[in-house]
Amino acid sequence: MEEPRPLLQLTGATVRFGAEAAIDDVDFRMFPGEVHSLMGENGAGKSSLIKAITGAIPLDEGELRLGGEVVRFRTPHDAQLAGVSTVYQEIDLLPNLTVAENICLGREPRRFGVLDWSSMRTRARAVLADLGLDIDPASILGTHSLAVQQLVAIARAISADVRVLVLDEPTSSLDVDEVAELFRVMRDLTQRGVAILFVSHFLEQVYEICDRITVLRGGRLVGEYVPSELLRIDLVQKMLGRSVAELGTRARPDSTPPETSPVIRGEGVTRTPGIHNAGVELAEGEVLGLAGLLGSGRTELARALSGIDRLDAGIITISGQPVDLTSPRKAISFGVVYSSENRRTEGIISELSVQENITLALQAERGILRRMRPQRRRELAMSWIEALDIRPADPDRRAGTLSGGNQQKVLLARLLALSPRIIVLDEPTRGIDVGAKVEIQNLVGELADNGLSVVFISAELEEVLRVANRVAVLRSGRIVQTLPSESLTVDSLLALVAQPDEFSEVASLSTAEPDGSGE
Amino acid sequence: MTKSLDLAPRRAATPSRYATFMSRRASLMPTFAAVAILLVLLISAQARFPKFLSPGNMSALLLDNAYLVVLAVGLTFVILTGGIDLSVGSVMAFTGILGASLLAQGIPAVVAVPAMLIAGALIGLLIGVLVQYFNVQPFIASLAGLFLARGLAFVVSLESIRVEDTFVLWLQRTRFNVGGWYITPTGIIALLAVAIAFYVLLWTRFGRTVYAIGGGEQSARLMGLNVARTKLMVYVISGVCGGLAGLLLTAYSGAGYPRNGIGTELDAIAAVVIGGTLLTGGTGYVLGSLIGVLVYGTIKKIISFMGAEQAWTQIIIGALLLLFIVVQRVIVTRSQRRR
Repeated sequence: MEEPRPLLQLTGATVRFGAEAAIDDVDFRMFPGEVHSLMGENGAGKSSLIKAITGAIPLDEGELRLGGEVVRFRTPHDAQLAGVSTVYQEIDLLPNLTVAENICLGREPRRFGVLDWSSMRTRARAVLADLGLDIDPASILGTHSLAVQQLVAIARAISADVRVLVLDEPTSSLDVDEVAELFRVMRDLTQRGVAILFVSHFLEQVYEICDRITVLRGGRLVGEYVPSELLRIDLVQKMLGRSVAELGTRARPDSTPPETSPVIRGEGVTRTPGIHNAGVELAEGEVLGLAGLLGSGRTELARALSGIDRLDAGIITISGQPVDLTSPRKAISFGVVYSSENRRTEGIISELSVQENITLALQAERGILRRMRPQRRRELAMSWIEALDIRPADPDRRAGTLSGGNQQKVLLARLLALSPRIIVLDEPTRGIDVGAKVEIQNLVGELADNGLSVVFISAELEEVLRVANRVAVLRSGRIVQTLPSESLTVDSLLALVAQPDEFSEVASLSTAEPDGSGE
Repeated sequence: MTKSLDLAPRRAATPSRYATFMSRRASLMPTFAAVAILLVLLISAQARFPKFLSPGNMSALLLDNAYLVVLAVGLTFVILTGGIDLSVGSVMAFTGILGASLLAQGIPAVVAVPAMLIAGALIGLLIGVLVQYFNVQPFIASLAGLFLARGLAFVVSLESIRVEDTFVLWLQRTRFNVGGWYITPTGIIALLAVAIAFYVLLWTRFGRTVYAIGGGEQSARLMGLNVARTKLMVYVISGVCGGLAGLLLTAYSGAGYPRNGIGTELDAIAAVVIGGTLLTGGTGYVLGSLIGVLVYGTIKKIISFMGAEQAWTQIIIGALLLLFIVVQRVIVTRSQRRR
C-alpha cells in the first residue's frame, strides 16, 4: 500500500502513570480509508494508546499529527471537534436520556437558542437508519438492549464529521448478525475515507475486516503488519512475546502426579458469556496451567471454580463431594482461594498496611467477635513477609507503595494465611518485573511440592509451561485440550492457542500432534 | 412535555401506544402516582369535610406553600444532578431576615430584594465550588452552607423584624380574584418559577446537561457537555430560589425571623421525591415537585381540618416518602434488569 501520507500519525508516544510507563516510545499511524487493528494482551498499552489518541490522557512525550498538522487534544471533546470519535468498550452513554439526545447532545440542533427536538429526532433517525437500526429516537436509551445501546454509541460517533473512528472492542456485546451489520457500516465509512481503529480480541474478526495490524506488547511497539502477510500464529506469538532465554528456569517438577482422586473436579462448568461446558480436574500437589488468549474464558473458568461467579450449569466436586460454591466465602470454607488478575482493584487495598492486608482474609474468616490480638497479627505478618521475602520487610508500610511483585506476594500471603488446599492464581505475574516473576514462579512450585493444588493462569505461554504439570488450552470459552506440559513446547502450545475457531477440535489435534512431538 | 411527544413523526408500523409510552416516558410513572395520591387526598378530604374543595381553601393552598414551591424548584435542579442541598431552609431564613433588616433601615425594596437573591446565590455558589472544585460530598458541603446561613441569620438579628415596606406587603395582600378563586403575587412568582424551570430543563442545553450529569457525570463530560459550569449553576439556582423563598416567606408572615425554616429543607426534599424525582439523579420533573408540594400542603390542611396534632403531618409525609423511595427503587431495579 502506498498512500501519500498517513491521516493520523503518532511518533515517540510515551504515557507514564507514576514511575511505570504504560506506553513507551510507540510509533503508530493510520491511513485514510483503512481499518487498522491494534493488538496486544492485557497491559500491552492498547487502551493507553487509544486514550492518547482520543485526548482522554495527555502524552508525556511524543507528538500526534492529524492530517499532517501537530495537534494536542486536552479533552475528548477537543478530539471530537477535530474529527476523532471513539466508541468505548463500556458504553458511556446516558441511559436516562432519549436515544436522540444520546446521539446529538453536545452538538444538538437549536432554533432560537432552544433545543429543536423534532430536528434532533430526524437527524438521529437518519443516522440510525444508516446503521440499519429502526428504533424510536424518542425512546429512553436505558430501555434498549446492550447491543442496541452499542450501536447507538456508534451512531453518535459517526453522526459528526468523523475522520478517525476508534472502536474499542465494539463487538463484545454483539451477536453474529449485528457484527456483520457493523462490518458493513465500517466498510461504508472507509469508502468515505474514514480511518477506523478497530480493537478486538476476536482474531477472526481482525482478519476479516482489517487492512493493517499494529502489535503492542508491554507498552512497546512490536511492529506493524499486513494481515495477509502475517500468519495467525505469528501474530499471537508477537502478542504474547517470548522471553525464555533471559529467565533462570525452575526445574520442572517431574510430572508424575500421584494417581489419587482429584482434589477438585469441575464437570460441564458453564457461565455465559465466557466459559462453556468445561471439564477440569486437579490432583493434590498439582499445578494446572490455563492457556488461552484474552477472552478465551480462562478468567471466567477460574472465577467459576473459586466461587466468585455462580455457575449457570455444571458440577464442582471437592474431594469427591459435590459442592455449591455460591460465594467466595463459601469457597474459602472448602479451602479454595482466588487471586484476581486485577491486583489493584480486586486485590490489594493500597491504603492499608502490609500487615493489615495479609491478615485481612484470616480475620474476616474468624469473624468480628474473634479478633486476633495485635501481637498475633504482627507475628503472622512477619512470618509471611519472611517466608515470601516481601521487600521492604516492613509490616506497617502502606501496601500501595510496594512494587507490583511485592504486592502480589502480599496477596499470596493473605490467601495462604487461610491455609487453603486449592489456590487459583489469575495472572499473578502480570505487570511485574522479571526477577519478581521468577520468584513467584518458584513459589508456586514450592507450594505445589508442599501438597497445595494450584490453578495458574498466565498470558505468557513459556511461563505456563514452566510452572504447570498439565496445561488446559482454552479457546472461545471452551477447553480444547488438556495436555501434560512435557508433551508441549512453546510453539506447539502457541499453535493450539492461536487456532482459528472454525476448524474446531479436529484441526487442532492434527496440528498439535506433529508439533507436540517435534522441535 | 406532551407537546414534544406529539411532534414525533408517526411511523408506519407503530407499536402499541402503551409500549411507545413506556419506552419514552416510563420515568413519568412516579409523578403520575403523585398526581393520583393528590386526587385521592382531595376527594377523600372533600367527602369528610364538605367545605374542603372550596375555591378559597384551594387558593390558600398555593398561597400557604408558595415559598416551599420555590425551594422545591431549586432543589429539583440539584437533585437531578445527583446532588443534594440541605442549606435551602437556612438560606431562606437568612435572606428573609436580611431583607427585613435592610427594609427596616429604610433601604428601598428595589435594593433590598436583589440583595436577598444575591445573598442566596453567593451561598449557593460557595456550596457549588466546594462540590465541584474541592470534591466535597454535596451532603457535607450543603450542611456547611446550612450552618453558615443559619449563623449569618442570627448575626443579622436575634429577634424577629417586622416589615412595613409597601411593595413586600403588596406581594402578599394583593388578590387577583376570579370567581371565588384568588391568586396573590407570591403565588404567581411561585408558578412562574415552576414554568421557567420547566422550560429550562426541557428545552435548553443547560437543562439537558443537568439530566446528563445525573445519568453519568463521566459520560456527560465525554460528550463534551460543560459539566463543571452546570454543577456550579445548579447550586447557584438553588441558592437564588432560597433567596426568593426568603422574600415570599417574609411577605407571607410580614416579618423576618432568624429561626424560620428549621427543617424546611427536609420538607422540600420530601416534596421533590414524592413528585417523582429520583434521589440518585437523572430522572424527574419539576412539575412533579409542584405536585409534591401540593400533596404536602393538602396533608397539612387535612390534619388541621381534623383538628389533630400537626405532628401527624410529619408521620404521614414520612410514610409517603418511604413508600415513594421504595417504588422508585423497584422501578430502577426493573429497568436495570430489562437491560
